[in-house]
Amino acid sequence: MVKRNSSKTICIGGEAGQGLVTIGQLLCKALVRSGYHIVITQSYQSRIRGGHNDFFIRTSVDPVAAPSKTTDLLIALDQASISEHGHLMNRDGLVVLDAILDPETHHALKVPFKDLAGDGFLNIAALTIAGALLGLNESLIQKLISDTFHKKDKAILEENLLVFEKALKWVREAAPAFEGLPPASPKGPRRLMLNGNEAIALGAIAAGVRSGFFYPMTPATSIMLTFIKHARTMGIVFEQAEDEIAAVNMAIGASFCGAPSLVATSGGGFALMAEGISLAAMTETPLVIAVAQRPGPATGLPTRTEQGDLLFVLHSGHGEFPRAIFAPGDVEECFSLTQKAFEISEKSQGPAFVLTDQFLADSYRAVLPFDRIDTKPLQSVAHAPDTKTPYQRYALTPDGLSPRLYPGMSHHLVIADSDEHTEDGHITEDLSIRKKMVEKRLKKTALLLSERIPPSFTGDSHPHVLFICWGSAKGAVEEAAERLRTPSLRTATLHFSQVWPLAPDDFLPVIQSAGVVVSVEGNATGQFAGILQRETGLRLEKQITRYDGLPLTPSYILSAFEKIDEGH
Amino acid sequence: MSTLKDYGSFETAWCPGCGNFSILKAVKQALVQCNLAPHDVLFVSGIGQAAKAPHYLHANVFNGLHGRSLPVATGAKLANPHLTVIAESGDGCNYGEGGNHFLAAIRRNIDITLLVHDNRVYGLTKGQASPTSPEGFVSKAQPDGNPSLPFNPVAVATVMQAGFVARGFAGEMAHLTDLICQAIAHKGFSLVDILQPCVSFNRLNTFSWYQEHCRKLENSYDPTNQRGALDVAMMDENRLPIGVIYRNKRPSFKEKAEGSSSERAFGLQPFNQALFEEVLAHYY
Repeated sequence: MVKRNSSKTICIGGEAGQGLVTIGQLLCKALVRSGYHIVITQSYQSRIRGGHNDFFIRTSVDPVAAPSKTTDLLIALDQASISEHGHLMNRDGLVVLDAILDPETHHALKVPFKDLAGDGFLNIAALTIAGALLGLNESLIQKLISDTFHKKDKAILEENLLVFEKALKWVREAAPAFEGLPPASPKGPRRLMLNGNEAIALGAIAAGVRSGFFYPMTPATSIMLTFIKHARTMGIVFEQAEDEIAAVNMAIGASFCGAPSLVATSGGGFALMAEGISLAAMTETPLVIAVAQRPGPATGLPTRTEQGDLLFVLHSGHGEFPRAIFAPGDVEECFSLTQKAFEISEKSQGPAFVLTDQFLADSYRAVLPFDRIDTKPLQSVAHAPDTKTPYQRYALTPDGLSPRLYPGMSHHLVIADSDEHTEDGHITEDLSIRKKMVEKRLKKTALLLSERIPPSFTGDSHPHVLFICWGSAKGAVEEAAERLRTPSLRTATLHFSQVWPLAPDDFLPVIQSAGVVVSVEGNATGQFAGILQRETGLRLEKQITRYDGLPLTPSYILSAFEKIDEGH
Repeated sequence: MSTLKDYGSFETAWCPGCGNFSILKAVKQALVQCNLAPHDVLFVSGIGQAAKAPHYLHANVFNGLHGRSLPVATGAKLANPHLTVIAESGDGCNYGEGGNHFLAAIRRNIDITLLVHDNRVYGLTKGQASPTSPEGFVSKAQPDGNPSLPFNPVAVATVMQAGFVARGFAGEMAHLTDLICQAIAHKGFSLVDILQPCVSFNRLNTFSWYQEHCRKLENSYDPTNQRGALDVAMMDENRLPIGVIYRNKRPSFKEKAEGSSSERAFGLQPFNQALFEEVLAHYY
C-alpha cells in the first residue's frame, strides 16, 4: 500500500481535441514499462472539441490504487488548466505550459512548443518533457514512440523521433528544478496497461464469449469497442443494434443458440433493457450485462462517475427471479469477475451483471498478465446423446437446473417461452405447473450462493474503525483506512466485489467485532448500506457518500470521516 | 424428405374461423415443400394471437416478448448461420411495438424470413386499432374512429430496398405456401405480409371483403423494378395486389460481414489460448 507522500500525481489538462489523452496514455505506458504503478482518473465533458478535460496519473514505486486530489506536475495545454488546477498544486510542484500561456504565480516551465513541435507533434514534445522531468529512461521513451508509430508512414515516425530529440535537448538545457520519481525496477514481470473497460472485454473473451451486442453509450462504449477490436481474431460475432432493447434481445437469441453473449451499457440504456433481463430469467437463457454507471437521473452527467444504479440493477426486470451482481474493485477484478459472471450465468442459466462506473471504466492500471489465471472457457452442452425424446427444455430437477441443448445441433427440438410454460417449453395456464416453475427458477439461488465471492477484509482485526464499501470505491477506501491508522487506532476495510446474493454469515461477525462502522459509497442515499440493513437488520448510520460526479479519493473520505468523528 | 406429419398437429387457443389456421397450414406445407427438417428450423415469435403459431407445429421455438421477435431472430442467426430462422408474429407486434426493429432488419438484410399475420386489429387485447387498421376504424379505444393513417408495410419495405417483399392472403393457401417458400429460399431479409380476417374484432375486413379486394399479380409483372413495385405496393384498398411485390439481389448481412460473421462464430468453438495471448500482446 502506498505511503502518504511517496506517490506523484501528474495532471494533463486542456481542451477536447488537443491530444491530452494521447499524451496521458503514452506517459502511462512509459511509466508501466519503467516499472511504476499507476492509477488514472479521466475527467471529460460531453463534447468532442473544446471545453476542459483532464487526465490525472497518480504513480508510485509502490502499489497504488486510488486517485489523489493534489498535483505535482501539471501539463497545461490551455489557460483553463491553470485556473482549474493551479490551486491543487503541491508546494514543490511544477507547471509545464506553452510559452504563450500565463503561469500566474506558479513555479513554471515555459516551453516553446511551436518551435519544438511545429503544428502536429505537440503530444510527443509534451511526452518527452514530462518523461525527462520524471526521470524516465530516455531510450525507453524513444522505443515507445517507435512502437506506437511504426505501423504508420515511415516519414511520420521519423518526424516524431525528430521532435523527441529536439524536445529532449531543450529540456536538458532548460534544467528546471523538479524532483523526479524515485527509481523503479523495470526488471519485474512484464505488465499490461489496461483500463477497467478493456479488462471487462478481455475477461469476457477469456471466458469464451462468442457474441456481443450494444448500442453506444458513455461510459460503456469502450467495452464493446475493445471487444470488437479483437472479435475477428477470436472468431466472435457482434452487431451494433438499433437500440438497447434490440441489443439485449439479440444477445438472448445468440445465447439461446449457444453463443454466450456480452452486452454493455449505462443506466439509461440499461433502463431499456429491463424487459430483456426478465426474458432471460424466464427463458432461462444465460445473459451477461456490464453496466458502467454514470450520474443520473435521466441523462444526468454523461461523462462523470457515480455508484448510483446498484438498486436499479438489483431490481431490474419484472417478476421474481435470481441474479448475480458483481462489482469489481479494480482492473484485475474487472477481468476476473467478468469471467466469473459468464461462468455463473451459464451454470445458472440466467442473468448476471458486472457493475462498474466511469471512474473505473477509464482508469488505466498496470496489471500482471492473466496467463496465470486459469481460463476455463465455457463448456458446450450442444450434444447430449442420452437425451430422451421429446427433449424437455424445462425439465423439473432437484436443483432447478434443466439440461440445456442448443437448437439445430441435434435432432432434438428446443422450445423456449416467455409465457409461463410446461416442462417441454410450451405456453400453459395450468396454475399447478406455474407454482412448480416459480420454485424451479428460485431454486437456482442456492447455486448462486454456493459460488458467491465473500467480501474481502483488509486491515486490523477487531478494528476501532471499519469502512464498508463496494465496487470501484475499494482503492480509495483501503488507502483512507491505511492513512487513518495510528499505533492506537486499529482500522480496516470490508470490500464487497459481489453485491448480490449476500450471505450474512460471511461478514456479520467482522462487522460486529468493529467499533465504529462507516459505509462509503459513491451515491447520495447509501444504497448498499440499505441492502445490508434489509438483509441483516444492521443499521449503518454513519455514511460517507459522494455524488458530485467525481470519484472517491482517500482525502475526500478522511475529511468526511473527521466530520463524522466530531459529531460522534 | 420431410413430410407434413413431421410438423405435427396441436390443439390451438384460437377462435373458430380464425385466419391463423390457414396460415399455420400454409407454413407447414411451405416447410415440407422446402424440404426442411423440423430441427433445422427456428421459429422466433413475439406476443399476440399470431405469436402463438409456432407452438402449434414441431420445430425449435423461441417465443419471446411483444415486438422483439426480429432482434432475437437476428442474434440466433448470427450465432448459428445454419439454422433457417423464421420470425412470425402479428401486425401490432412487428409494425407497432417492434417498428424500429422492422426498419433495422430491412436495412441489415440478415437472412431471416418475417411472416406477419396482418389482421389489422389487436386480437389478444380485444379489438383496439393496430398500426394497419384503417383510418376511422371504431373500437372501444378509438370511439371517435382511428385518427391515424394505416402503416403500409410492403410500400415501406419496397422503399427501403428490402430483399424480398410479398403480400399474401390467408384465403389463398396454395399461393401463400409458394410465397413463404420463396421467402425462405431468399438469401437475405424477406417479408411476407399476410392479410387475414379477425372473426372476433374486425367486422370491416372480413373473409369475403378480402376475397373481393385481393388480386393476384399477373405473371407478366416484374418485381425487380423498384419504381413499378412501389406503385403496386401503394395501390388503394379496392385492388390489393398479392404476390411477390419486390425483390432484389442485395448482398446479405453475412456476405458483407464475411470474416467477422463466418461459420466459426459458434458457441461450439473451443477457446483458443494462443489467439488470446495474441490479443493480450496489444496491451504491453
